[in-house]
Amino acid sequence: MGAQGARLPGDSEARVAWLARRIIRLVWGEPVPIEPGFLDQIYRDEWGRIVAALIRRLGSFELAEEAAQEAFAAALVQWPREGMPPNARAWLMRTAQHKAIDALRRRTRWEAPGDPQAAMAKIAQWPSHLGEEEVLEDDRLRLIFTCCHPALAIEAQVALTLRTLCGLKTEQIARGFLVPTPTMAQRLVRAQQKIRDAGIPYRTPPRAELAERLAAVLLVVYLVFNEGYNAAREGRALSDEAIRLGRLLNELLPGEGEVLGLLALMLLHDARRNARTSASGDLILLEEQERGLWEGAKVAEGLRLAEQALRHGIGSYAVQAAIAAVHGQAATAEHTDWAQIVALYDVLLRMQPSPVVELNRAAAVAMAQGCEKGLDLIDGIDGRGELRGYYLLPAARADLLRRLGRWAPAALAYRQALRMAVGEAEKRFLAKRLREVEAAAHSK
Amino acid sequence: MQYLLLIYNDESNWNTLSEPEGAKILKEFGEFTQEIMASGNLKGGNRLHDVSKATTVRVKDGKKVVTDGPFAETKEQLGGYYLIEAADLDEATTIAARIPAARMGSIEVRPVWEMARP
Repeated sequence: MGAQGARLPGDSEARVAWLARRIIRLVWGEPVPIEPGFLDQIYRDEWGRIVAALIRRLGSFELAEEAAQEAFAAALVQWPREGMPPNARAWLMRTAQHKAIDALRRRTRWEAPGDPQAAMAKIAQWPSHLGEEEVLEDDRLRLIFTCCHPALAIEAQVALTLRTLCGLKTEQIARGFLVPTPTMAQRLVRAQQKIRDAGIPYRTPPRAELAERLAAVLLVVYLVFNEGYNAAREGRALSDEAIRLGRLLNELLPGEGEVLGLLALMLLHDARRNARTSASGDLILLEEQERGLWEGAKVAEGLRLAEQALRHGIGSYAVQAAIAAVHGQAATAEHTDWAQIVALYDVLLRMQPSPVVELNRAAAVAMAQGCEKGLDLIDGIDGRGELRGYYLLPAARADLLRRLGRWAPAALAYRQALRMAVGEAEKRFLAKRLREVEAAAHSK
Repeated sequence: MQYLLLIYNDESNWNTLSEPEGAKILKEFGEFTQEIMASGNLKGGNRLHDVSKATTVRVKDGKKVVTDGPFAETKEQLGGYYLIEAADLDEATTIAARIPAARMGSIEVRPVWEMARP
């Protein structure tokens, strides 16, 4: 332990501080010296737990968050000076409890609906020494379901989950979703106010509603993942956060097929993150990716979880994970089992009829049975008009025409896709392909 | 907590119901009201006359101004309400979903502002 190697320092001021630390260590027990970055790790690990437990006790999101924030701020000052307490979680809970009492004392009746006196009396009855057992895992599950309650708008669900459960700062969330920080702050305040004033309950839904409510939670996690996945390199923190949430759900609700499926899906996609853009930020399609850049550990875990998910039932995330798994198992793009992928899209389409799924299936059919067949399917989808303005439809058509060497119609389709695309990376990719097919058309 | 369940329906649909259909819905409303009275959730409620009988009042420069019609023309109109007591929003929405008119229109669930008692 670090304290054993310590020697009494020379000058008197340092000597007093050293003795004070020594005494505190004796009282607290043997503290662990703090490594750099360790407090960040504690914050990430403990924030959600502490806030969740505080919300149950205090009955208020605002108060719980404020108290937790102050407790972590106190730790930031105190721990490096006095050493780590032997039980960090209990220390944080106890400190947050004191901070909550202080906050309630400061509040007037108007600010805190309900009765601050009664709330304080309730807090005073908490056990004075909170051990780990006081922080119930159920609290985090309650918190997830409350943050993702269908009575909140989806943007609010996403923001609240990242703020309250993951402990992301409002500025970080705002940056991730490309909205100004004050807008995000207001979204969070409104969501907390609605929870309080509309009486959104803090609980895990009853068994009969669980599947439906879990679907809403998984959608939030998947949205967070996609936001990070589609973002430029610096935006990828959101994907990591989504995977963390997926792992947490899997821990809290073990054996839920769709939780396993979503986690597998995210891992299999995330494994390709270093392969899917070039150093200059250009998109690289699956087919052309350097498979050696895929993260092997994530692929392996994703494959294992996808298999587990399918054993628990055929859910839509499980099937999407299975599709990603077929890609993950192919050593090269040419080795991809496209027939298997088409079959999986058939299953997905039966479960979740959508023109976007149909378009993906059409692309797989083209690879399995020939581009002409894929083009026919794309024309059929286009004819129904549901995907008007969706750039991936002309982009998929352009790709098949390019493969067939039909340069002029391919160029036409690429131009059409280019007009609809929004993201810069997507536009650059389409422009590059357009130049290629135009050059091929001229050299003919 | 108390919640006001506001029943919105397209009045023209409501007015074109056949007699047996209308009688069936009314009977269902009666049963529903009995049920939430027995469970202790019911605090009040009424059916409203349609918006053709609505009058809007404003005070302008200290003078009462009365006009014909509703505050706003909308596709669905407020046709009635229940005031209920419920533990939380989930209980309130579960009760709201049992209102027979929820199948035809929509129910807006509004928490009642709790006044601080002196």
